[in-house]
Amino acid sequence: MSDGSGAPSSAGPKSAYFLAHQDEEVERRTLAVLVDNEPGVLARVVGLFSGRGYNIDSLTVAEVDESSHQSRITIVTQGTPHILEQIEAQLLRLVPVGEVVDITKSKRGIERELALIKVAEKGEKRVEALRIAQIFRANVIDTTNESFIFELTGASDKISQFVELMRPLGLVEVSRTGVLSIKRGKEKG
Amino acid sequence: MTVKTRKKTETRLMTGAEMVIEALREQGVDVLFGYPGGAVLPIYDALHSAPELQHVLVRHEQGAGHAAEGYARSTGKCGVALVTSGPGATNMVTPITDAMMDSIPMVVICGQVPTHLIGTDAFQEADTTGITRSCAKHNYLVTDVDQLARTIHEAFHIATSGRPGPVVIDVPKDVQFANGTYVGKDGVHKPTYSPRIQPQPEAIAAAADLITRAKRPVLYTGGGVINSGPRASELLRQLQKETGIPVTSTLMGLGAFPASHKDWLGMVGMHGSFEANNAMHDCDLMLCVGARFDDRVTGRIDAFSPNSKKVHIDIDPSSINKIVRVDVPIVADCAAALDALIAALKLRTGKRPDLKPWKAEIDAWRARRCFAYENSDTVIKPQYAIERLYALTKDRNPYITTEVGQHQMWAAQFFHFDQPNHWMTSGGLGTMGYGLPAAVGVQCAHPDALVIDIAGEASIQMMMQELSTAVQHKLPVKVFILNNEWMGMVRQWQELLHGERYSHSYSQSLPDFVKLAEAMGGHGLRCDDPKELDAKILEMIEIDGPVLFDCRVENTENCLPMIPSGSAHNEMILGQITGNEIGESGRKLV
Repeated sequence: MSDGSGAPSSAGPKSAYFLAHQDEEVERRTLAVLVDNEPGVLARVVGLFSGRGYNIDSLTVAEVDESSHQSRITIVTQGTPHILEQIEAQLLRLVPVGEVVDITKSKRGIERELALIKVAEKGEKRVEALRIAQIFRANVIDTTNESFIFELTGASDKISQFVELMRPLGLVEVSRTGVLSIKRGKEKG
Repeated sequence: MTVKTRKKTETRLMTGAEMVIEALREQGVDVLFGYPGGAVLPIYDALHSAPELQHVLVRHEQGAGHAAEGYARSTGKCGVALVTSGPGATNMVTPITDAMMDSIPMVVICGQVPTHLIGTDAFQEADTTGITRSCAKHNYLVTDVDQLARTIHEAFHIATSGRPGPVVIDVPKDVQFANGTYVGKDGVHKPTYSPRIQPQPEAIAAAADLITRAKRPVLYTGGGVINSGPRASELLRQLQKETGIPVTSTLMGLGAFPASHKDWLGMVGMHGSFEANNAMHDCDLMLCVGARFDDRVTGRIDAFSPNSKKVHIDIDPSSINKIVRVDVPIVADCAAALDALIAALKLRTGKRPDLKPWKAEIDAWRARRCFAYENSDTVIKPQYAIERLYALTKDRNPYITTEVGQHQMWAAQFFHFDQPNHWMTSGGLGTMGYGLPAAVGVQCAHPDALVIDIAGEASIQMMMQELSTAVQHKLPVKVFILNNEWMGMVRQWQELLHGERYSHSYSQSLPDFVKLAEAMGGHGLRCDDPKELDAKILEMIEIDGPVLFDCRVENTENCLPMIPSGSAHNEMILGQITGNEIGESGRKLV
């Protein structure tokens, strides 16, 4: 999902106007953006990122409260602390955006991703794929004599690791949801 | 739509088109600027039976947008424009972006093809909400007539509150025809939108403490003071009176503090005064009020005011720490923050540092007379033209608009403002063609006032046709063209930055502006002799009707002083000094 524009600090100043803050380290953040689910709201959020040269590593969106038309957008992004602070402030400028929660910074965040992974092989490799799937607690949700589709939930690294293990075992294709997040404890947000 | 009705309000049945008119009426709109077309005809039909709403027919939709901006900036009210779908809407994109950059409250109502044709590449269809999403504060496509009235009310609320800006409402033709229920403005509330108005008391206290200790403070004020309303300008003057802090302003903020005041430093920035820029560079406390550290103001950012504590008052949290790290951020409306700051200072009765040494230093910079120029008996110098225009009109308290370029900067340097809302210029976007339609909007709001568009011969040709609008609506705007035959600012940069290679900046064929004015039903005047200038300016003022004044000026005068892009505030190019080298990196900046 990267829009390829690159964080200004890693690729050198993208624009002449970014003369400061070049020495800051790029960090990765997961942001939960709570929005009114109205037409065009996702385009506003995505357009903000591309228009201002911010990165999107992953993005998920769905309505989470039908009665109040609330949607939750989870965005994984990268930038220097200065850029990340701007991203939050710029998101809050959008009229339908009600709240932005920095899940990473809160230290109480839980992040999960779901993946569907198709593997096609015969014989020993097929058995090995199934064995590894059991170790990762992946479910088999479809099978033919020559293929499996695994369903796997977990942190993004875990899914990536599983995908790498499947590669020599007949990996055909991968579908991932992108990161979902929520904070631990009894509080909302 | 997630607008919630808070209390029961009056509801009535009417068509969508009638709702538009009724909502405008309820919002207190008295004038709108527009241009009819197929997809907006039902609204124009409803407008036909609403004679109390003045409609100003422009000649190009861009003109409607800038006129609405001029109206808004000179009154503090919301400007309104009404245009058709497709090209009508796309022609509005420039003024919408302009209003966004300069935080001007504006509501733009666009016709759209009927809902069943949306997405079919119908005649005069454009994805208006898609196109304007990133250049408007907010936008709507209304597909349900029952949502139309509340959408319009919400649009006005969003356009005029918080950091003001343009809001676009796209209304398909079938929605204009459909019958629905009108709701009044009291029933509208948007939960996710609640701009912070009141300042944080701790931040105010911190700012007040810094003021009581500062030996070299400076007030750096911007368009936010003007947007906040006349009270913010009054409070700024009060704060200055109580503290004695010298004041500079951005281009957008001119008039918030009186230019006739002894502690006025002049404009800051690329073409600002030597004293303002040096004061910004050498201060120990910078109080930024409603300005946003624009690159035209800061120059080289890593050398920007290196030894100062910075306080930043802004209603938009995203402006804080965007360009320059500040020590005390205050997210609030300017008037509310200034009010609180004045109150906090009253409680701090201790002796404050004497500002005399600081002011003496400033006086030494002032003595450099950075705006001095060599006058001539034979050729009109552009600076002289503005000086005379100011001298001969200031008693009439004129409203000044400008186009973009050298003339704009000379106007900012040589025309002086003592009141807010009298200076209308395209600061952020730098839109050539802004001035004439903006003057049309200003004149509509102030029919008896003297309204002058200070223009260049290149800029004026971008929106020239609006002279015809002024003639039709009997709006006696004066267009004072500093005609140097060049795109002056482009020429100046080519001279200073591009080895005097004047690539395509000379207009080989200029119209005869006097004949052109006459052809359009206005008056034309020409002057190329400094000795005749005063008489001609007075003649212009006396003419009851629109005037194009072709003021032939020195062709190759440079606008100085100047901080070249990529240089610091204390590295200005001054009038009589030439040969300041501009580095390779500076040349890449715009």
